[in-house]
Amino acid sequence: MSNIEFEGTKQQMSELKKCIKAHKGEKGALMPVLHEAQNIYGYLPSEVQTVIADELNIPLAEVYGVATFYSQFSLQPKGKHKISICLGTACYVKGSDKVLEAVEHELRIRCGECTPDKKFSIESCRCVGACGLAPVMIIDGEVYGKLSPADVKGILDKYMQD
Amino acid sequence: MTVKELKKIAAEKADLINVRRIVREQAEKLALNTGYRKQVLVCGGTGCTSSHSLQVIEQLEKSFAELGIDDVLIVKTGCFGLCALGPIMIVYPEGAFYSQMTPEHAKTVAEKHLVKGGQIVKELLYAETVHDDGSVIPFAEIPFYKHQMRIALRNCGVIAAESIEEAIAAGDYSALAKVLFEMTPDEVIAELKAAGLRGRGGAGFPTGLKWQFTKEAKGDKKYVCCNADEGDPGAFMDRSVLEGDPHTVLEAMTIAGYTVGAQEGYIYVRAEYPIAVERLNIAIEQARKYGLLGKNILGSGFNFDIHVRLGAGAFVCGEETALMASIEGHRGEPRPRPPFSAQCGLFKKPTVLNNVETWASVAPILLKGSAWFASIGTEKSKGTKVFALGGKIHNVGLVEVPMGTPLKTIVYDIGGGIPNNKLFKAAQTGGPSGGCIPAEFIDIGMDFDNLVAIGSMMGSGGLIVMDEDTCMVDIAKFYLEFTADESCGKCVPCRIGTKRLLEILNKICDGNGEPEDLEKIKEIADHMKSSSLCALGQSAPNPILSAMEHFGDEYKAHIYEKKCPAGVCKSLLNYYIEPDKCRGCTLCARNCPASAITGTVKSVHEIDAKKCIKCGQCIAHCRFNAIVKK
Repeated sequence: MSNIEFEGTKQQMSELKKCIKAHKGEKGALMPVLHEAQNIYGYLPSEVQTVIADELNIPLAEVYGVATFYSQFSLQPKGKHKISICLGTACYVKGSDKVLEAVEHELRIRCGECTPDKKFSIESCRCVGACGLAPVMIIDGEVYGKLSPADVKGILDKYMQD
Repeated sequence: MTVKELKKIAAEKADLINVRRIVREQAEKLALNTGYRKQVLVCGGTGCTSSHSLQVIEQLEKSFAELGIDDVLIVKTGCFGLCALGPIMIVYPEGAFYSQMTPEHAKTVAEKHLVKGGQIVKELLYAETVHDDGSVIPFAEIPFYKHQMRIALRNCGVIAAESIEEAIAAGDYSALAKVLFEMTPDEVIAELKAAGLRGRGGAGFPTGLKWQFTKEAKGDKKYVCCNADEGDPGAFMDRSVLEGDPHTVLEAMTIAGYTVGAQEGYIYVRAEYPIAVERLNIAIEQARKYGLLGKNILGSGFNFDIHVRLGAGAFVCGEETALMASIEGHRGEPRPRPPFSAQCGLFKKPTVLNNVETWASVAPILLKGSAWFASIGTEKSKGTKVFALGGKIHNVGLVEVPMGTPLKTIVYDIGGGIPNNKLFKAAQTGGPSGGCIPAEFIDIGMDFDNLVAIGSMMGSGGLIVMDEDTCMVDIAKFYLEFTADESCGKCVPCRIGTKRLLEILNKICDGNGEPEDLEKIKEIADHMKSSSLCALGQSAPNPILSAMEHFGDEYKAHIYEKKCPAGVCKSLLNYYIEPDKCRGCTLCARNCPASAITGTVKSVHEIDAKKCIKCGQCIAHCRFNAIVKK
């Protein structure tokens, strides 16, 4: 579980409860609820999992089991700017591992980590389907394609400033 | 809605779609009937939107307002297939194919081509569509499209992806109308069997037989499922179908519901595909509104509805029992079979599950007949297959060809060959479960059985081309890293086997390989194949075994000579500067992140092998090709 303290607002909690209510009684409600909870909080801290377990009447162990099984669910908070580097086959063959190394080198963190100032986090993903642009990197939903390691610094600099 | 109303919509919009299906003179005449002088189709698929096709549309709208153009229709479609050239924009009735569009280009095209009396802007067209003498050929005649035959992708890049009326005009839901009023469930199954349709998700199981088993199973409730958890990295045909023609999937699932006796369907789709998910949800809402989903469909008395469930990034969920566990809200772990899904599937009820591309092939078979479909392809693999071409190839994108089309045609004629005059080394099919096809088999006809015979498999249709710079040990390691990471951990052979295989490959790539490692790999692979719970573990050793079979010398070079012939495995090579080529420009030294390069202006530089982290920055920056790795 995360060592960063949970800072949820009342509004987030009421949104969460509303979403749980909407799915309650539906078959297989846990997955859609976890998706929406992650949209609300950005990650799935134990406090949120506990609420989901209580409200859906599912053991916390099961909620935790599902949340940790799927790679898209994160128990760690993400940085302000989320960097995702595609390590799918098409990108890998075109050298996306070198791009990842350049990003890690530039931010001085490893893939899966968040910078100490919580500004950037890096993750790898498996194929976003933009194989025509391989290798690709996605920052906050913006896709950067046909990259070389040398392009990385210039792109990151844009995000450093704010 | 009734069948009569469905036919009315189709008739009203027919010419609008037909303008896009035929080109030149006839299309120009047809265009007069539609109320639109021209139509501009812009790709709104994931590939092209990633390179800003939506801004191209915005600019077109803005320019149209400024120039007073009100008789040109802008259509946001799904994928045209030639993703390497995105964003793509096609203007009808001419069939003019503009590639790599920017908002500025769009402005130019609007001002020079789309205004009344305008002319095609040849400089912005895809170069292959312009002859040396300056004449423009319709894009359908260029090699990339000429060799293709589109069945599953028939409407992708043709219709507006978010318009049910255009989908209906293009033929969607007419097979459903035919089935509900003119065919019995047994006739539907017989037709699919006669067509010889096999599942496009990987295993190639006969679709008609699957439906028959579910129909014959006893149960108070049955389900229809769509597997849209396209996890094979490098394959994106299912996404393109969902983005470009979502209604064909809804229609086919409804037909299956009628056939097997189910009233509810689930589509399990990757959360990594936000555009596909959005279009699916829009399509489902529209279909409900038009009475094509829900109660009493087309007045037939048949009820059917569809729900969308999102995956959350687990490759194993592409396996049918794991997929169903995930829809039920559990960890996506597979379970032993039997019982098979046809008897005991989703929520323990009889369930029929097919992959997106399979669903997209159903309606054409029922409309055009099994004999037509069975006339395409090879003896045991009928119809067409979509391949996602990727890797070291010019025309990265989606292609649909008749089963049995030679790999050579796909790579060279359609794919445009390998960039930078490099040699074709191998093509990987079937992703992490498949294997490689070496150059000596480049004439192989691509169908289910031929690929299995040489140790690969069709898989979902990812086709990654590799050139001489690709190391086959490294690629096998890449796939093993993937399967080791994605193994769900439920069964021992897969959980531990992938890990041990990966360790051995890492050892070989690090220069510590021993001769007996090759035997160990084979032994572990045998155990995994025979005793893993699901296809993930059973097929995980395939990439290594096939690479060892076809590229055994490369493995031996790594182990005995401690050399990586392709120059990829870092531990086995060093970077050198060739003194006669170095001009002393200092660019490499300035860009070396490890300060491993020394030298002054106009003198030959040197790399300190101890400091070098082998990142390749120096090679990327050197303008004189003076840096080599060996």
